[in-house]
Amino acid sequence: MDSSYTILILLIPIFTFFLLGFNFKRIKEPTSGIIGTALIGTTALISYFTAFQYFTGAMKGAIVDGVYQKVYTMNTVWIEFSDTLHIDMGILIDPITAMMLIVVPTISLMANMYSIGYMHGESGYTRFFAYLSLFTFSMLGLVLSTNIFMIYIFWEMVGVSSYLLIGYYYNKPSAVLAAKKAFIVTRFADFGFLMGILMLGYYGGSWDFKVLSDLGFIESLQQAYGAVFMGLSVITWALILIFMGGAGKSAMFPLHIWLPDAMEGPTPVSALIHAATMVVAGVFLVARLFGLFHFMDDGAALTVVAYVGALSTLFAAIIAFTQHDIKRVLAFSTMSQIGYMMLALGVSGYSGHDGLGFMASMFHLFTHAMFKALLFLGAGSIIHAVHSNYMQDMGGLRKYMPITHITFLIAALAISGVPPLAGFWSKDEILVAALHDNTLIFAVGYIVAGMTAFYMFRLYFRIFWWNEPNYKHTPHESTNTMTIPLIVLAVMTIVSGFIPFHNLVTADGAHIETHIDWATAGASVAVGLVGILIAMFMYKKENTISKRFRSGFGNFYEAAFAKFYIDELYMFVTKKIIFAKISAPSAWFDRNVVDASMNGVGNGTVWIAEKIKGLQSGKVQDYAMFFISGVVVIAMLFWFFI
Amino acid sequence: MDILSLFVIVPVLTVIALMFTKGQNNYRVVTAIGSGVQLIMAFNLLYQFLAIREAGNTDTMVFMQDYMWFKSMNIHYAIGVDGISVLMIMLTSIIVLAGTFISWKVDDLAKEFFIFLIILAAGVYGFFISIDLFTMFVFYEIAVIPMYLLIGLWGSGPREYSAMKLTLMLMGASALLLVAIFGLYFNSNVDGGALTFNIFEISQVNIPVEAQKLFFPLAFIGFAVIGALFPFHTWSPDGHASAPTAVSMLHAGVLMKLGGYGVFRIAMFLMPEGAHYWSEFFMILAVIGVAYGAIAAVSQTDLKYINAYSSVSHLGMVLLALLMMNEVAWRGAMLQSLSHGFITSLFFALIGIVYGRTHTRDIAKMGGLMTIMPIIGTLYVIAGMANLGLPGFSGFAAEMNIFVGAFQHPDMFHRIITIIAVSAIVTTAVYMLRLVGKIMMGPVMEEYKHLPAITWYEKAGTFVLVLFSMLIGIFPFFWSDIIDEAIKPFIQGILSV
Repeated sequence: MDSSYTILILLIPIFTFFLLGFNFKRIKEPTSGIIGTALIGTTALISYFTAFQYFTGAMKGAIVDGVYQKVYTMNTVWIEFSDTLHIDMGILIDPITAMMLIVVPTISLMANMYSIGYMHGESGYTRFFAYLSLFTFSMLGLVLSTNIFMIYIFWEMVGVSSYLLIGYYYNKPSAVLAAKKAFIVTRFADFGFLMGILMLGYYGGSWDFKVLSDLGFIESLQQAYGAVFMGLSVITWALILIFMGGAGKSAMFPLHIWLPDAMEGPTPVSALIHAATMVVAGVFLVARLFGLFHFMDDGAALTVVAYVGALSTLFAAIIAFTQHDIKRVLAFSTMSQIGYMMLALGVSGYSGHDGLGFMASMFHLFTHAMFKALLFLGAGSIIHAVHSNYMQDMGGLRKYMPITHITFLIAALAISGVPPLAGFWSKDEILVAALHDNTLIFAVGYIVAGMTAFYMFRLYFRIFWWNEPNYKHTPHESTNTMTIPLIVLAVMTIVSGFIPFHNLVTADGAHIETHIDWATAGASVAVGLVGILIAMFMYKKENTISKRFRSGFGNFYEAAFAKFYIDELYMFVTKKIIFAKISAPSAWFDRNVVDASMNGVGNGTVWIAEKIKGLQSGKVQDYAMFFISGVVVIAMLFWFFI
Repeated sequence: MDILSLFVIVPVLTVIALMFTKGQNNYRVVTAIGSGVQLIMAFNLLYQFLAIREAGNTDTMVFMQDYMWFKSMNIHYAIGVDGISVLMIMLTSIIVLAGTFISWKVDDLAKEFFIFLIILAAGVYGFFISIDLFTMFVFYEIAVIPMYLLIGLWGSGPREYSAMKLTLMLMGASALLLVAIFGLYFNSNVDGGALTFNIFEISQVNIPVEAQKLFFPLAFIGFAVIGALFPFHTWSPDGHASAPTAVSMLHAGVLMKLGGYGVFRIAMFLMPEGAHYWSEFFMILAVIGVAYGAIAAVSQTDLKYINAYSSVSHLGMVLLALLMMNEVAWRGAMLQSLSHGFITSLFFALIGIVYGRTHTRDIAKMGGLMTIMPIIGTLYVIAGMANLGLPGFSGFAAEMNIFVGAFQHPDMFHRIITIIAVSAIVTTAVYMLRLVGKIMMGPVMEEYKHLPAITWYEKAGTFVLVLFSMLIGIFPFFWSDIIDEAIKPFIQGILSV
């Protein structure tokens, strides 16, 4: 079947944005929520249909000789720079896009439906749904991009949607600061991304994904470019810069500082953008250019990806131990899990069983989107009930919020890697892939698996067990529009582990054989259960164990609680160095040196005029004197020169 | 009457009509009609131009007219347009109309205000249609002089000082420019022809390389001062800060474009060897402007200063792109001129709208205005996003052309310059978001709770600018095609030496 209908996947959300955006005063609650949900629901149906068509091979050109192909639809030149170098606009469907066509609309639909109840009574209700549609449009555009410049375009668009949604409560200074921080940090990363794109265009000669993923083309690049700087070729440097952009969006160390603050946005936004979709854009980007990452300079850039991922996953897990704000725990957990996906890509080979890491990364991206969105929406439901983000104000909620409780537990078990939930399957594949490639990275992954289980169940027990604080209002279960998304996502969390990803989403498009590696699986389940048990021991009932642990770790705990002072470091560099030592002096210099010298020219002219106006005295004697002096001077000049 | 001369005649007729008009309300109606007619003419011109190109006319300049003016010096009133000038005329007509709407409520000496505004516009139109250096220079002066009166009489703050500074600096630049024009004129007969001011006749002459090296910097600086080249940009913050809104819009939106246009069409086109010889030197100045304008904007607290420094940065990008000497960067420079015209005048309009309500431009004294004036707040966010180069708005298409063009030079010098220029996208985001965050977001301030909502004429003035910024941003290929066609003679003339 022809695939031109896929354009609707983009048109419907942007139409929704304009519809709600232009009528933000006229369309009232809850109409705008229902319109938004219905239209995003339609988008979701078309997206599912597209993915189904693609994976079954019913779409024209989807499968050739048992290998999934890249299908282009309506690819047209948007800006032409030269015959080979142009920015195109079009739709590309391949396995990872088709997979994202399930992830993005599903989570977006759930977030929309959830927000109908969650955003009840907010003054910018319609505006919120308009922004959600804008985000959905941008994110879908990003995953459907046919070339890296188009990705960059939508990359900026998702950045702006994220800015608008983090700053949704724009009267709250902390939200404004968080929105600004998120935009500027990712923009800084995008500076690297753009430079990388420009380098890739100039030296590689194309931005088109079909060209960039062609093995013959990659081979020719390998031969054309030798080492130029630190033993790496210019293409590898371009890829590292591109990865810098990906690391910024995906909150990888050290560009992660915006993500915890981004939790200032409404919770459905955190679930949609800062847990399931936008933050995995960096993973998607690396996966998209996987051939280049893997083959150029024997995967030097991919090694960078692996170590950045491993460092981030460990770093974030440590911080997640110490946070009290439940959304921030989840934010660091997200960072940690994305680090997992990155390291999985980093250890992956290209084809056959070596390509397990790629498949596992995409698999984890998929399952993580489901259970992390569920955790966030659950957290939103809890926050809605107790009116606080802090664990200290929670406890014993299992009695009051049964649906939230059960779904949250399912998600927590899934992220801890307990079989047969989704997280178990994907995490296991990642660990198997890491074990084959790099023992150090495997060790980090393994330890983090245990840590994840611990901090998730710290959260779980602290919220739903522990001792009840004195609630001012008795907490109650949320409305149906909020609990239905929880249930749907819980079902997805249970079943999505059984999707045969190895047949569908692989680096080279061909099937790969996988089998459960029982030793690794057993070990990872064991470490997860240990984490859960320790958390249960420490947090099921109110006690002082955790306090004693805290004082035992002393300064290290303090440092982790303060997120290892990375924010302070950035503040020091921006405020004390860039603002105070560069920007303010530049402004001063402009006024007091550049401008003053221009004024000086003017004042000098006036001064000279003042001085010489006495010459025009009107006295004949003076003029006679000047005349004679002039004659003498000229005579002397003649005397000397002739 | 030919289609181009009407662009000078209609403003003159508008001025005459204004002279005989009485009543506060009628001045602005007459002006609005006059500028509306110009807008229609501009689009008619665009349409006619596209039609004539469609029909296969490949002349460099179309709709040419030539009347002898001063026979003894061979000065002609010679006019004609190519794609670039057509687009510039379109830009001018839109901004004049938007500016008229934004100054709907000018009360003091409204008649004189509108008269000077229209004279200024006439000068700009004349400049863009001229192909005779002398005539072009005359129109240039016609455009610059009303600026002095408009700022000095209707301005705010230290307006006499600012007006004087602006005018003197531009006049100083004009002096250099005049020297360069005469330099070209007296060298225009080296191949044996008559002395001429005609741009296309001069371009056929092989001006001696020594003369080009001498006169290129004069012509370049002469034009680049109005294009806010570092370190000759200091008239811009003071001038903009004191100017009334519509004048800021016209000045930043249109008049500053004369700089890049003149540099391209006169300095570079007529003196290609000089351009190659001097390009690296001026490129350094231009890139300093790009980075330094953006960095200085971060520390400003006055809305107009922020925008003025932002203009220094964005127009530095135009000059930089022109000096990059390749067609992609040139296309980017032209798109950036258009883009900056729409976006910066939108910003000045919005600054005027807010200033008219809060009576302050100090960003530290404002906050939470979004809650009180949601549409104006949204427009601020849009303008901010457009200014920092968000895809979908014109700035993105322009900058990407410039960056890709700049990247075509693999040597270390150009690479460093390009990296500095690209880094401005980060700095721009910093000052734009700081501005929007400070004045529109944050807690609502008590004293501003009762500010009036946006009026219809303010909507008209701003929406049209947003619309055009988006038209360029979403359909860059349409505008690029027009520009590419027009750039061909420049490629031949400049790049082949």
